[in-house]
Amino acid sequence: MKRSVFRNRALPYLLVLPQIAVTVVFFFWPAFESLRLSLFRTSPFGDKTSFVGLENFRKLLTTPEYYQSIANTFVFASGVTAIGLGAGLFVAALATQKIRGLAAYRTAVLWPYGIAPPIAGIIFLFIFHPSYGVLPYWLGFVTSYEFNWLLRGWVAMALVILATAWTHVGYNIAFFLAGLLAIPTSVLEAASVDGAGAIRRFRSIIFPLLSPITFYLLVVNLIFSFFGSFGVIHAVTQGGPGGATEIMVFKVYKDGFIGLNLGSSAAQSVLLMILVITLTALQFRFVEKRVTYS
Amino acid sequence: MSAGGTFAAPARVAALPRVVEAPRRRAFDWGSVVVHALLLICVAVIAFPLYYAFVISTQTVQEVVARPPILRPSVHLLENYAEAWGRSHMPRLLWNSAIVAIVSALGKIAISMLSAFAIVYFNFRGKAIAFWMIFITLMLPVEVRIMSTYEVIGSLGWLNSYAGLTVPLMASATATFLFRQFYMTVPNELVEAAQLDGVGPLRFLWAFLLPLSWANIAALFVVLFIFGWNQYLWPLMITNSEAMRVVVIGLQDLIPRTGTHVPEWNVMMAAAMMALLPPVAVILVMQRWFVKGLIETEK
Repeated sequence: MKRSVFRNRALPYLLVLPQIAVTVVFFFWPAFESLRLSLFRTSPFGDKTSFVGLENFRKLLTTPEYYQSIANTFVFASGVTAIGLGAGLFVAALATQKIRGLAAYRTAVLWPYGIAPPIAGIIFLFIFHPSYGVLPYWLGFVTSYEFNWLLRGWVAMALVILATAWTHVGYNIAFFLAGLLAIPTSVLEAASVDGAGAIRRFRSIIFPLLSPITFYLLVVNLIFSFFGSFGVIHAVTQGGPGGATEIMVFKVYKDGFIGLNLGSSAAQSVLLMILVITLTALQFRFVEKRVTYS
Repeated sequence: MSAGGTFAAPARVAALPRVVEAPRRRAFDWGSVVVHALLLICVAVIAFPLYYAFVISTQTVQEVVARPPILRPSVHLLENYAEAWGRSHMPRLLWNSAIVAIVSALGKIAISMLSAFAIVYFNFRGKAIAFWMIFITLMLPVEVRIMSTYEVIGSLGWLNSYAGLTVPLMASATATFLFRQFYMTVPNELVEAAQLDGVGPLRFLWAFLLPLSWANIAALFVVLFIFGWNQYLWPLMITNSEAMRVVVIGLQDLIPRTGTHVPEWNVMMAAAMMALLPPVAVILVMQRWFVKGLIETEK
């Protein structure tokens, strides 16, 4: 692309300087620190550090708790993503059925995005409250099973998944709506004329045309639930009961900040970095035309 | 009708024949009734947690713990909100959250505009490196560099400070990409004409690009405000003084943990309502910009 440019020797550097400075100081420096720390062991009082090579990683990958936290992370992330995408597509598909009030419905489902997941977590904490909550009360009519998140790991997991998905469903709806509204009506009308019913039209035309957006949302939801999930866990379950909701990000924080095991925490950070780089690379394969440097 | 009419005008024209024909074909469109009913159920399900939180925030403790649960508002709203306001240093918490949200959003927009301007309108050595350095920040969320970022902030002496709360949030690859993308859609003739008239780069940015960018700035601001207001891990790590807490974290102190407290969920929910109202109100009031910001920053 040809673009006429300004000629100035120093100015462009001054213009990028603020962002580059923030990036180097708060992104690159800490990331390299994490890499370095992951190869060292710090004594409990922080007065001695010794080089241990890959020992931190070896230890980490031989502890069952770490695998537990990986499993929890994937349960959490797939729960949030499945609910978010499923509900998002369902609502968006309904709202675009040539009915009135599309904008009003969009408003009515979008606002939970403004609620911080930890606050959503607190609200769901009360909804799930074993003694006062409305959900165990209602479920009590159906079954005598005790839905107590303090005792049962999977109930605690359901609590944090639902709270997180609740705040994020509006985001998915907004994207699906944009995607659905971009599908030319002529294509759908042509299919109608050829005798395709609503379900057939959805399966054969709409869904394939939506697949880039679905893929993008899939990756964004996964990244969001891997990394944006810290608050809800910290505010509500603290990883409990019995580690049932201890996800990877929470464990990095717990081992480093509370347990002061800096080496292990840094090693976990490095593994998480590899994960997020993989996911981001996937995400940008979808939008690569936007970021290709020309 | 003018050709430049909005999409609402043709829609009205299209609706007209339907009104005329409808009685002949069928008396009532059951399909759209079903769709509306399903949508209203979805809206109700999505709204329920907030409604429930609001209801609890208007009740006395006796009503909160009543069985069966009382699902309609009571009359104790003012007491509970006043109690929550006083007990949790709410004014201070809200003030801190507002500072973090507004300063980090404006700072991010400012530095992103500048760097995107440099990348689009200048050729300079190291441009590709600068671009990729900005891009890579996408892959380093704070969650993966918790301990070391804490140490960096500590060595700068920025713990418990507004600088520590806001400046590290300002590096944003997405905002830079949005501005870069937007600048590239600005016709080249504009900058050529400006250069012929002897307009320098900073004046061009200020007097030509900035006025064209307001829609993008508004959209980014809404998204970044919400992002900043709802920050959790970052302020949790770098603040431990009561005075520097943000509201999302300050709420924790009010959670009635089972067995140890009077179950004052009414006060808890009153505080939660105050903490979630500003970002939700921003979404509702600036909805148009919010949707634009969400879709166009694509993250």
